[in-house]
Amino acid sequence: MAGGFPKEVRGNGLTGIVPVLFAAGLFAYFVSLVPNISSNEVLRWNSAWVPSLGIDLAFLVDGLSLTFALLISGIGTLVLLYSNTYLAGHPQYARFALFLTAFMVSMLGLVLADDLILLFVFWELTTITSYMLIGFSHEGEKSRRNALQALFVTGAGGLAFLAGLILLATFAGTTSISGILTMGDELRAHALYLPILILLLAGTLTKSAQVPFHFWLPNAMAAPTPVSAFLHSATMVKAGIYVMARVHPAMSGTDVWLWTLTILGALTAVFSSLLALRQTDLKQALAYTTLMALGTLTLFLGQESGYAMTAFATFLVVHSLYKASLFLVVGCIDTATGTRETDQLGGLGRLMPITAVAAALAALSMAGFPPFLGFIGKELKYAGAIAVASEPVLVAGAALLSNALMLAVAGVVAFRPFWRGSVPSTQSPQEAPWQMWLGPILLAGLGALFGIYPDLLQVALIAPTVISLTGEVGEVKELKLWAGINVPLMLSIATFVLGLLIYAGHVRLRAFLGRAFAVLPDLDLGWDRFLDGLKAFAKWQTRIVQNGKLSSYLFATFLTIAAGLLLTLVYTGLPTIAVDLSDVEWKHASIALLTIAGAVLALFTNSRIAGIAALGVVGIGIALIFIVFSAPDVAITQLLVETLIVVLVAVVMLRLPSLPKAEFRLSHALLSVAVGASVSLILIAVVSSPLDMRLTDYFEATSWPEAFGRNIVNVILVDFRALDTFGEIAVVVIAALSAYALLRTTRKGGSS
Amino acid sequence: MNSVILRVGTRYLAGLLLVFSFYMMLRGHNEPGGGFIGGLTGATGFVLYAIACGTHDARAALRVLPQTIAIWGLGIALTAGLFAALFGDDLFTGQWLFIGATEDDKGLPLSSVLVFDIGVYLVVFGSILTIVFAMEEEI
Amino acid sequence: MEVLFAITIGVLVAASVYLMLSNHLLRFIFGLVLISNAANLTIFVAGRLTDGAPPLIPEGADAPLGDVANALPQALVLTAIVIGFGLFAFAIVLVFRAWTTLNSLTPDDMRLAEPEEAQK
Repeated sequence: MAGGFPKEVRGNGLTGIVPVLFAAGLFAYFVSLVPNISSNEVLRWNSAWVPSLGIDLAFLVDGLSLTFALLISGIGTLVLLYSNTYLAGHPQYARFALFLTAFMVSMLGLVLADDLILLFVFWELTTITSYMLIGFSHEGEKSRRNALQALFVTGAGGLAFLAGLILLATFAGTTSISGILTMGDELRAHALYLPILILLLAGTLTKSAQVPFHFWLPNAMAAPTPVSAFLHSATMVKAGIYVMARVHPAMSGTDVWLWTLTILGALTAVFSSLLALRQTDLKQALAYTTLMALGTLTLFLGQESGYAMTAFATFLVVHSLYKASLFLVVGCIDTATGTRETDQLGGLGRLMPITAVAAALAALSMAGFPPFLGFIGKELKYAGAIAVASEPVLVAGAALLSNALMLAVAGVVAFRPFWRGSVPSTQSPQEAPWQMWLGPILLAGLGALFGIYPDLLQVALIAPTVISLTGEVGEVKELKLWAGINVPLMLSIATFVLGLLIYAGHVRLRAFLGRAFAVLPDLDLGWDRFLDGLKAFAKWQTRIVQNGKLSSYLFATFLTIAAGLLLTLVYTGLPTIAVDLSDVEWKHASIALLTIAGAVLALFTNSRIAGIAALGVVGIGIALIFIVFSAPDVAITQLLVETLIVVLVAVVMLRLPSLPKAEFRLSHALLSVAVGASVSLILIAVVSSPLDMRLTDYFEATSWPEAFGRNIVNVILVDFRALDTFGEIAVVVIAALSAYALLRTTRKGGSS
Repeated sequence: MNSVILRVGTRYLAGLLLVFSFYMMLRGHNEPGGGFIGGLTGATGFVLYAIACGTHDARAALRVLPQTIAIWGLGIALTAGLFAALFGDDLFTGQWLFIGATEDDKGLPLSSVLVFDIGVYLVVFGSILTIVFAMEEEI
Repeated sequence: MEVLFAITIGVLVAASVYLMLSNHLLRFIFGLVLISNAANLTIFVAGRLTDGAPPLIPEGADAPLGDVANALPQALVLTAIVIGFGLFAFAIVLVFRAWTTLNSLTPDDMRLAEPEEAQK
């Protein structure tokens, strides 16, 4: 991408245009829903999916989900348009467009779902599609590793999330989200509340990259820049925020909720804005400010006041608009100059005026200057922070510090490269084509428009969203540029002063931060250690469990069988064995002895021929049992098969070496006796309990009248259970053909 | 195995076993016997023949590749099973036709069940010979 | 009576397990034949042993007269014997093939796919 913009911007043909039109169509559809939602309607769409489990394909549109849907589809459209030029002529553009569109659709499904299971399905779909997108440049090892890291962290959180959702469904007896949201009081008082909360938060906090799971998000910048713009402005990372907001009415209001979210949110906000200032790579700096925004949103979700909720809704929109815009601007800078390092950039303002304007508008909103929406967002943040009942100083302090740092970062990212210094002589940047500046300027422009006319946004989206969050109309606070001289305004002024000071000294501060953070544990490195350890463990246990020795596999298998059978016997109580040998006749005893003698001979012989003969004796003994106990068909079959086995064994044995002398192994002997004894005991238990003769009685009664056969065994085989028999003869054919193929390849391979 | 008496004797014995195997199969529905036993008996006859006279002669006497027989048997059994669908019954339901049936006597019974049993016979017969011939030749 | 044969089966199973554990493919095959016989006999004995007549319906009757042996396990065992034969034939060919290719009948020596050195 270092070679500047493509000379002739032709995009990628239909694969480029169709996704843009698709996304634009979705956006238009959601815009058409705005009037309904503004008048506080809730739209639903239901269809049975797994009726036996009460799971529906249920979708719901209210203020919260519509806000998200508009951001997703709107920014999605612009990002797709941008990508079509950014990745013009990329050989795998079709794949890229598919992943991005699929991601957008899953994200839309996530915010519109009104069923816990459906929500989870879309949740996982966003995980998988984002994995594809982060690892899009799959030739790079770093890219693959970072994609995998994102997948593992969010996937592990997803498992916890699923467990939480299942607990929630068990508690509520329904998987309908809107149904569960009406049970807030019972849920908060329920014994399962804490486990549900912990599991849900494990999912949402990993997805939204809150401390201490924050390390994956900056690494996810391995993705192409438009993906970063999309994933880290409106979507992926906000999925966790969305879910927390969705369950807010039912789960907020407890101390655990308040403190977990407040502390983690505040920590993430301050910590990541410091990290952001430390970066010299524009994209990395933006990535960390995204973490700051997510932390702030989490912080507000911890609260309950109307101010906090209004601040949440407003900042959600503000952040999406300026962040997407700035990411796209960085993509333009990167393409035009071939670098994203702040130290190597400067003086771009005259050469790329439109991009510079977009960057300036977005940055002013981000920094929170009037008359931008960011200013209103910031005022509301302070108002919300002061409204926090318990610790206003802490929350307001965190907000102040992170806002000031944000202002400084905005300066570093969007002001310095354009208006400071001069273009290094190695670069010859030009203005980006319209497809690439349209998105940034539209998004940044909206930030200005909504700042000047806040009512537009207030009525359309903010008020319905706050109602979704609180369930009450009166809680909505007004969005105003000028709210009079009050505490928030004072704090705003303090922010400007502090922020400008930080910006002025940011080069020195950066060096200091670099030294300071070197002391902290590097979670990213820890992640690598963790993975290496896991692989070493897998290798170690594979070496033990799958050592490649047939005898140990068999030993384990038989040990399991013996243990299973014996434990079952002990657990259910040993059968009352009536060893009634009174009906044993001499012929029975002699047949049993013959069979046993054959088996014992096969066991101890070191001669091949004696072994074959011993097997023959066992076979004949069993055939005799069949004869004595009136099974002529079985007996004939057994005798014929025995004959054939002897033939086959004789043919093969002649070519195989003689048996080595067997070594006695005590462990093998003990295990064999255990397996044999357990089989005997089970069988004795079986024959001492009554036999269910229903099937046999049925076959006996219907064999002649219905199936016209006098040999019941044969009628069962070819009529009553013909489908089974068919399957069995198919097995015989397959065994024969496999053996045949093995033999034929022996000759062709010539390896003998 | 170069005994003339063995070779000549086996030739007759194999033929006899083959005929007997058909008999065993056909009577199977009412007396001990059936496709499995018939197929095993017939295969035993040919195995004896192969041992005495060599597999080349045995293959020549069989004329068809044994694996072809096995596959045909599978096909015939499947056809017999699917046949029931023509009459709207569940698959593998026996279909019967009694030729010349009277009040007391059911006449000559023809049935899809018998066809199925012939399929079983051919599968067992063909599969065993496939393995045994290949073993005799390759080992 | 069933108890007697249950014990017989136990002996067969014990012998076959010991043979299969022996780390020699020929003994493994012996064990395989024995255990397959033992399994067939188990099904048969579990369906009870009777000295009664075979499960045949005499001419002129609609159902078997008097006490006959249980037909269901017989049908199950009959196909099991034939399938067992197919399995046995395949196994013995496989053993032969292993011998001609690897020149060994000790499965623990057959480490072409997972050489022991590589694991260390």
